[in-house]
Order: sequence, then structure tokens, then C-alpha cells
Amino acid sequence: MSEAVETLPLERAPARIDATPLLRIVVPVVLLMGWWAETALHPGGLIPAPSEVGVALWDLAFGGINDDAFSQMLLPDLIASASRVYGAFVLAAAVALPLGMLIGRLRLVREMLEPTLQVLRPVPVTAWLPLSMIMFGIGPKSAFFLVALGSFFPILLNTIFAVRSVEPRLFEAAQMLGVSPARLFPKVVLPASLPGMFTGLRLGLGLAWVVIVVGEMTGVQTGLGAMIMDARQLSRTEIVIAGMAVIGVAGFLSDYAVLMLGRKLLAWSPQHG
Amino acid sequence: MIPPVLSAINAGKIYPGGIEALRNANLTIAPGEFVCLIGASGCGKSTLLRMIAGFETVTSGQIIVRGKEVTGPGPDRGMVFQDYGLFPWLTIRKNIAFGPIARGKSKAEAMATADRFVSMMGLDRFADSYPHQLSGGMKQRVAIGRVLANDARMALMDEPFGALDAMTRERLQEELLTIWRATGLSVVFVTHSLEEAIYLADRVVVMSPGPGRIVAEERITLERPRDVSSPQFNDIRRHLAALLHADHAREAA
Repeated sequence: MSEAVETLPLERAPARIDATPLLRIVVPVVLLMGWWAETALHPGGLIPAPSEVGVALWDLAFGGINDDAFSQMLLPDLIASASRVYGAFVLAAAVALPLGMLIGRLRLVREMLEPTLQVLRPVPVTAWLPLSMIMFGIGPKSAFFLVALGSFFPILLNTIFAVRSVEPRLFEAAQMLGVSPARLFPKVVLPASLPGMFTGLRLGLGLAWVVIVVGEMTGVQTGLGAMIMDARQLSRTEIVIAGMAVIGVAGFLSDYAVLMLGRKLLAWSPQHG
Repeated sequence: MIPPVLSAINAGKIYPGGIEALRNANLTIAPGEFVCLIGASGCGKSTLLRMIAGFETVTSGQIIVRGKEVTGPGPDRGMVFQDYGLFPWLTIRKNIAFGPIARGKSKAEAMATADRFVSMMGLDRFADSYPHQLSGGMKQRVAIGRVLANDARMALMDEPFGALDAMTRERLQEELLTIWRATGLSVVFVTHSLEEAIYLADRVVVMSPGPGRIVAEERITLERPRDVSSPQFNDIRRHLAALLHADHAREAA
């Protein structure tokens, strides 16, 4: 039915222009203009103008303007942050996926671990920062731990939910077709919960990008978070904003790639295909 | 006398908490017989079917399928659910191959079997589609196909056409009869439509709620294909409706 509804406008008005791209840039353009207007009305304020941020971004990427400690550091910092984001994400997933399946399927494990996890979950990553630096020292190990922690819970919780909410009918169907109870996990639970786990992974990776700045407050020398912290101490707000923009775009592209991957792998699922 | 494929002997079901879903059900089904269970909701028809399938345990009496007491679900008793129960992550072909693979057939053999039943059920165009891309009628064809592909000796059908529109339902009823004749399958078919029961069955088993029990059995000897508007058909319908409603009247009184 939805198919019919979607194709209807095409049949009736084949020449209609698709307004979607326009819709998508309206808000960014308005925000940018508001920002520009604010800085134009208050020259010499603490907030740099969009053009200053643009220049800072150019210098971060290619140098040749300021030639200071920040020039040409965009790529190395981006690579440093991205490797922490993906490394910590993979680590978090490697623990959270199997753990989530165990908690979801085995009552014993659930009763033993769930209370602890529910209490740990609301503790923000920022609160872990001091302890993490004591446990893992100043530097990249701490950053790695904090980012992994940030992406751990969404993966875990979505995995638990996914394996617990497999439709009971599918177990009956598999059993009447000859699947033994011991084989239900690989034959039914695992494939049926893939979309839920995928949602968890997507959220987890997104959160890894969110907490990278906190993670890189641990005294690491490289990375977008470290760059933002350095710039902040030097009151280079245009670099802070340029760093924010880079994280935003990197996180967005990373999420988009995962989304496309999901569409390909989960074509069978009405939510993803 | 040919031994029955199925016999329920004083089968009963009391759920924890004391609700009696079925009391003293006695039923035998001959090989190749098509039996419909009919009754109002709460009459235990689905419970009886699910006990035959092995999804529910009996709390009294026993259910014997080809000489052995039922202790759990098994591929000799294929079930067709009203809500299909297809595996959404598998294509239609692989849904049908699922049973043969689960029972240890080689992948090549299972796929060849699946292809045969894909064609038999008229699903060639959809072989590589996923269940969510199919209409209800098509999904139910897949569900029937996978039971047949798994060499089930008995098909247990729980209001399989209840969610379909009238046109689709009539076509599938017709196709089911064709398959049943061709395969010699025994069928236990739960429905709440008298017309459907009389149209399909060799024998209609009338059930009644409070507690669920079998109240009557009627052998249908009309020639197939049956004409639902013939006077003979209507005589049977009237007779069975009276049996169904006699009980309602007693409940109400």
C-alpha cells in the first residue's frame, strides 16, 4: 500500500522538482546567517565570525596562513581521533555483543550482572575521567577506555533487548521443522536479533564520536579533542569551532557509512532494507 | 483396520492457575484424513492442536502419533500458523529449505527440494524475495510449502486462512485440497468458519467451551468439489450450527 502511495505523485506530476535537498539546507543556512549576524553586530566579541572559522579550518588543513602549532594538524589529529574512536568501538562491541547475548538468554547471568550494570550505566563518561587517568595513566590508554565505555552501554542494552524480544512464534516454527532446542540460538536467536544489535552498534559508534573530546582530555598530545582543549587554553575559539565542525562531519560520515552497510546486510528487515 | 496416525485419548489440559482449557478429548485420525476442529473461542481447539504439535504438554490422558506418545514438537507434524511464522531474514527459497537443512540434508539437496516446492506453490517469481515483500496469501503458501518440503506426514493448521481476504482464502482452500489429494497428507485444520470446515473436511469435530471439550463429530460425505450453495451443504451447515449454538444457549441460560 505504501508503495502505491509513494509512486502516485510521480505518475501524476512527472515534471515536479524534488525539493528535498532544499529542505535539508534550510536550517544550516539560517543558523549560519544567525551566527554571522550576531558576530557582525558585535565586532570584537568572544565569538569568532564564520569567516574566521573558515580561515582557521583552511589553515588547520593546509597551513600557509598562520603557520603555528595548529597549522596542517587537521589530518594527523583526525586520524588519531578516528583510530581511537574505531579501536575503542571495536573493543566495546567485542565485549558488549557476547555479554548482551548471555544476559539476554541466560537468567543466571542476567540476575548476576544486570543490577551492577544498571547502576554503572547512569554514571557519565566525564565522571570516569579522573579514575580512568589513575587506572590507565595519562595518555592514550585512558582515552581509549573512556571512549570504549561511552559506546559500550548502547551496544549492550540493544543486544539484550534484541535477543530477548525474538518472536516466540519463530522458536515454534523452527522446532516443528526439526531444530533441536540447543540449535535454536544459532538458527533463530542470532539472525532474528541482528537488526537490534545493529541499532546498538550504530548508536555506540555515534557515542564514541561524542565522547572522543572527553577521552582526549586525558593528556594525550594528538587528536581532535586534544586540539580543541589546546585551542581553548590559548583562547583560539575559531579553532575550537573548526574542531567541533570536523567532529560533526566525521561522525556524520561515519554513521552514514554504517547506515549504508546496514541497508546492504539487513535488506530482509523492513526497518533497514 | 489401518492404525490411526493420531489418537488423543482422554487428553486434557489444565493451565497453572487452574484454568481448564480442555477436558477428556478423544479423537482418532486415519492416514490421509482431513479433519476440521471447529468451535467458539475458548473451546480448546487451538490447545488440542498445539498439544498434537508438541508445543503444549497434556496434563491428563495422552496423545499418540503413529504409535508414539508426543513429547515435543517434531518435523513429522508440520504446523501452519495464522501469522505465518516465516523467518524474515531468509528468502522464500531458503525459508522452504530451512526444514531439510535443519534435519541434516546437504545444502544442495535442500535447495533442490526447496525449488521443487517453490514451483509447486506458485512462488517462482518470489523465490529470492523476503517474507515482508509478500502478501498474506503468498506468505501462507510459503508456510504450507515449507511443511510439505520437510516431508511432514501430518499438517496441523491453526486458522491458517483466518487473516486473509475472502478471495485469497477461497483460492488457498482450493489449492490446499489439491495438495492434500496429491500427497495423502493427514490434515488437522482449526477454523471458526463452519463453511470452511464443511467445504474442506472429511470430518468436522465440533468443540465447545467452558471447559473446552469435543461435543460432536460429523462425517462429511459430499462429493468434492463441494458447492457451498447446494441444499445438501446447507443442511449440514444448519445441523452443525445447531450443535454449536445449542451450547451457547445453555451457557446463556
